[in-house]
Amino acid sequence: MSAEEPTTNGAKPGERTAIGISFGNSNSSIAWTTPEDKAEVIANEDGDRQIPSILSYVDGEEYNGQQAKQQLVRNSKNTVAYFRDYLGQDFKSIDPTHSHASAHPQEHNGTIAFTIQDKEEGEPSTVSVSEIATRHFSRLAKSASDFLGKKVTSAVLTTPTNFSEKQKAALIKSANDAGIEVLQLIQEPVSALLAYDARPESKVADKIVVVADLGGTRSDVAVIASRGGMYTILATAHDYEFAGVHLDKVLQDHFAKEFIKWNGIDPRENARSLAKLKLESEATKRALSIGTNANFSVESLAEGIDFTSTINRLRYETIARKVFDGFNRLIEGVVKKADLDVLDIDEVILSGGSSHTPKIASNMSAIFPPTTTVLAPSTTPAAISPSELQARGAALQASLIQEYEAEDIDQSTHPAVTTVKHLTHAIGVLSITGDSAKGVFTPIIAAETAVPARRTIHIATPKEGGDVLVKIVEGGSHIKVTKTEPKPKENGNKDDDSDEDSSDEEPEEQREKVWKVGNVLAEAAIKDVKKGGKVEVMINVAADLSVTVTAREVGGKGGVRGNLAAP
Amino acid sequence: MTTHTQVSLPLPVLPEGWSGEKDFKAIGHVSKSTQRSIEPVGPHFLAHARRARHKRTFSEDDRIQAQENAKKVEDDDSGEISEPEDPMMLAREAKDWKGQDHYAVLGISKYRYKATEEQIKRAHRKKVLRHHPDKKAAAGSTEDDSFFKCIQKATEVLLDPVKRRQFDSVDEHADVEPPSKKDAKGDKFYSLWGKVFKSEGRFSKIQPVPKFGDKNSTKEDVDEFYNFFYNFDSWRSFEYQDEDVPDDNENRDQKRHMERKNNNARKKKKTEDSARLRKLVDDAMAGDERIKQFRQQANAAKNKKRLDKEAAEKKAAEDKKAAAENEARDKKEAEEKAKANKEQGKKAKEAAKAAVKKNRRVLKGSVKDANYFVAGDPPAATIDAVLNDVELVQGKVDPDEVAALAGKLQGLKVADEIKGVWAEEVKRLVGAGKLKDGEVKTLV
Ligand SMILES: Nc1ncnc2c1ncn2[C@@H]1O[C@H](COP(=O)(O)OP(=O)(O)OP(=O)(O)O)[C@@H](O)[C@H]1O
Repeated sequence: MSAEEPTTNGAKPGERTAIGISFGNSNSSIAWTTPEDKAEVIANEDGDRQIPSILSYVDGEEYNGQQAKQQLVRNSKNTVAYFRDYLGQDFKSIDPTHSHASAHPQEHNGTIAFTIQDKEEGEPSTVSVSEIATRHFSRLAKSASDFLGKKVTSAVLTTPTNFSEKQKAALIKSANDAGIEVLQLIQEPVSALLAYDARPESKVADKIVVVADLGGTRSDVAVIASRGGMYTILATAHDYEFAGVHLDKVLQDHFAKEFIKWNGIDPRENARSLAKLKLESEATKRALSIGTNANFSVESLAEGIDFTSTINRLRYETIARKVFDGFNRLIEGVVKKADLDVLDIDEVILSGGSSHTPKIASNMSAIFPPTTTVLAPSTTPAAISPSELQARGAALQASLIQEYEAEDIDQSTHPAVTTVKHLTHAIGVLSITGDSAKGVFTPIIAAETAVPARRTIHIATPKEGGDVLVKIVEGGSHIKVTKTEPKPKENGNKDDDSDEDSSDEEPEEQREKVWKVGNVLAEAAIKDVKKGGKVEVMINVAADLSVTVTAREVGGKGGVRGNLAAP
Repeated sequence: MTTHTQVSLPLPVLPEGWSGEKDFKAIGHVSKSTQRSIEPVGPHFLAHARRARHKRTFSEDDRIQAQENAKKVEDDDSGEISEPEDPMMLAREAKDWKGQDHYAVLGISKYRYKATEEQIKRAHRKKVLRHHPDKKAAAGSTEDDSFFKCIQKATEVLLDPVKRRQFDSVDEHADVEPPSKKDAKGDKFYSLWGKVFKSEGRFSKIQPVPKFGDKNSTKEDVDEFYNFFYNFDSWRSFEYQDEDVPDDNENRDQKRHMERKNNNARKKKKTEDSARLRKLVDDAMAGDERIKQFRQQANAAKNKKRLDKEAAEKKAAEDKKAAAENEARDKKEAEEKAKANKEQGKKAKEAAKAAVKKNRRVLKGSVKDANYFVAGDPPAATIDAVLNDVELVQGKVDPDEVAALAGKLQGLKVADEIKGVWAEEVKRLVGAGKLKDGEVKTLV
């Protein structure tokens, strides 16, 4: 593997075989785009689509993925796990917590390394995290190459939104050293969103999306404005306290206590027992995402004693409540951080392995209003597996840009291209409700839309048609809270759920998003609209924020057109 | 193209008299914008990039400039330096976690109950980076990991909303001691007590809590403050200070006993805490100049009312008295005047009578002066006849006419002239029907 010539300068665009790679601390996935433009995750030789990001060395032989993970029990010292976040960091700034039960990271020549027996004979070697990552990339590339039947040359990789330039550079170097040209690094939540938006059934829409990436060792949440298929991240949060391993921990403690009750031995006190406990707890946890009951079964858990138990989902959800609540607070917190309300969120994408958990999805449905789509396997049958989103998005992006010269990609993704003005207010038109003569704001272009932008709506006219006014204004939204007193008890049926009534004394809060009409931009008159006619209004905001308004009767001739100068 | 958004709420009717050049009126322009980074991902971005690039080549400078302009989304984590670590704290044993100051352990003792969850998480991570035993071991240190366990415990407590509340309930470090009377003077009174109540306010179920304010606070605000704190609804609880309940199932009675004991202790502490707060509020109020001032103002207002009332009453009494006096005086004057009038009338009458007498005397004198219209000594019969006629005429005229007649007769000496006046008078009276023609014989 290391004998291969690194192709740092990249393959020729026409000769590339490009894939998408998501490389997490816990798992990695590889994906490609089929000739039908469908992204698919590739299973490795073990048949795994989620490949544990672990390398293990036994008698000089290298194992990776699930096989390496099993080595955490017997061969933990020569097993390297949870290392992605060490790349490009100095020793001072890494959190070694998750590597505690495997090879420990250490400071070495200003970088981070592991001391492992990776050769059959001789002294253990000190292998840098960069080299470990390279070996891992090589295994991933090989699995993909084997599947595709041709050598993978290039890839789009996903990174957390808080990866520093140094971390990115280190990641690229590790991949390059494995003979993989990195076409582009893309943000993990954006990749997940692209995976959904690129499905043929998806329509381009203006929406605000929350992507909650709940992984093994960290949870990352982003609020993204999606405007005409372009994405802008509005806020993010990163959390290392509530993630998959913390759910594992709940089950570990649960079964450990049960084991202690029967046997008087704490399996957490012995490293090997703990490793077994951990692995089986994770397996049980995953089983609980599908079934309402799951087994826990470990041969010789501690001191030669086998242990078998079961747990049902409800019990699990009860004992893991603190972690679930932690996810909830994290996600609600980012929405606030983006200066938004849950009512502003159109879509919640649950991504990352932990997002398979039904309780997390149902919590989202409870936190967000019914108008919000929660994209998770348990709430939306057509949902994409949360474990596959990032790799799929990366594969789609790879297929979009693999034809480009590296220089071209670099220039297209240049900050001078990506830094653009965004509208701070929605622009819309005033329409009227049946009863009031006052205008109601109807958005045409949403706030946080990057300019230039153009949107068109068709809007009704009064029943009789005639001359109508097209008033173009800016609008801002806010949340209106109305407290409704609980319904008074109805007379007559006193016996009926009278208990419920009395316990339900809290006034209910009704929250709704309302528009406030702001700045008036322009007025136009459309005359002689025929009975039942509609008016088409098009707003075109240029890069300098000058505006062109075009309005005409749908199907009619001519129309009105006017310009507003840039501010 | 894609189908357009359809809006069913209709456009308004064009107002009467609306006009615009070519049916369009530009009025304003778009509000200012934010520079943000769009993600260079997906087919729509590629289209944007193609337009935006225009075959230009961007430099490193362009990159730096663009990056500087773009609004940052990721938090800068490097700031926020942890507080210095007290060696005593570093030497703590994790098993004494109940006694540890969790905020200090995480280096956020200046935030305490105000620390956000994100701050706690970040503080924890910083501590982990520094104190993880595996890092220390890798660096060759043989220190034990007890402080690391303290960190974990602190985080466990502070990231659990229920446990955090229990700890915050007894976190004395967040308490602000009430100021002494000596210190709380002048403006300091407000700033010092303000801090006390801000800290006490953290226990309120109702948020936000009214502020203590300062010397310029209105009476309404001050009243609201004291009302709030006299009816304080506190979430503070004291289970954090429970004694350990034995965990084994063997000792059920002991366990129950401990639980009962703990429960009673919690209740007692809660009661004491309410009393403590009450006293605090009492003390603050006792020294609160504003309260005194408001009371004085209220008193002054009350006094003013009383004085006003008294003054009004006095004035009313005086007015009444004056009115009575006036009335009496008027009455008296009227009486006096009436009396005077009466007297005058009497005098006038007397004068009139006197005048009549006098005039009568003139009338009688005139005929006497005319020698009873005869030459020589008049016979008694003639005198009687003339005087009878004079009396007859006198009886027919009122005093004014007597006076007029007397006036004409006054000073006349010639008998014919006198007779002429009389004859005229008789003639007038006959004309007026008061005398019969011929009834008076001697005067014509
Ligand atoms: N079906 C499932 N139900 C519940 N949890 C699952 C399921 N599948 C995987 N997980 C959990 O997801 C976590 C791994 O998530 P993921 O594969 O997204 O890892 P990752 O991106 O490498 O995470 P990180 O970088 O945060 O460690 C593990 O904790 C794993 O137990």
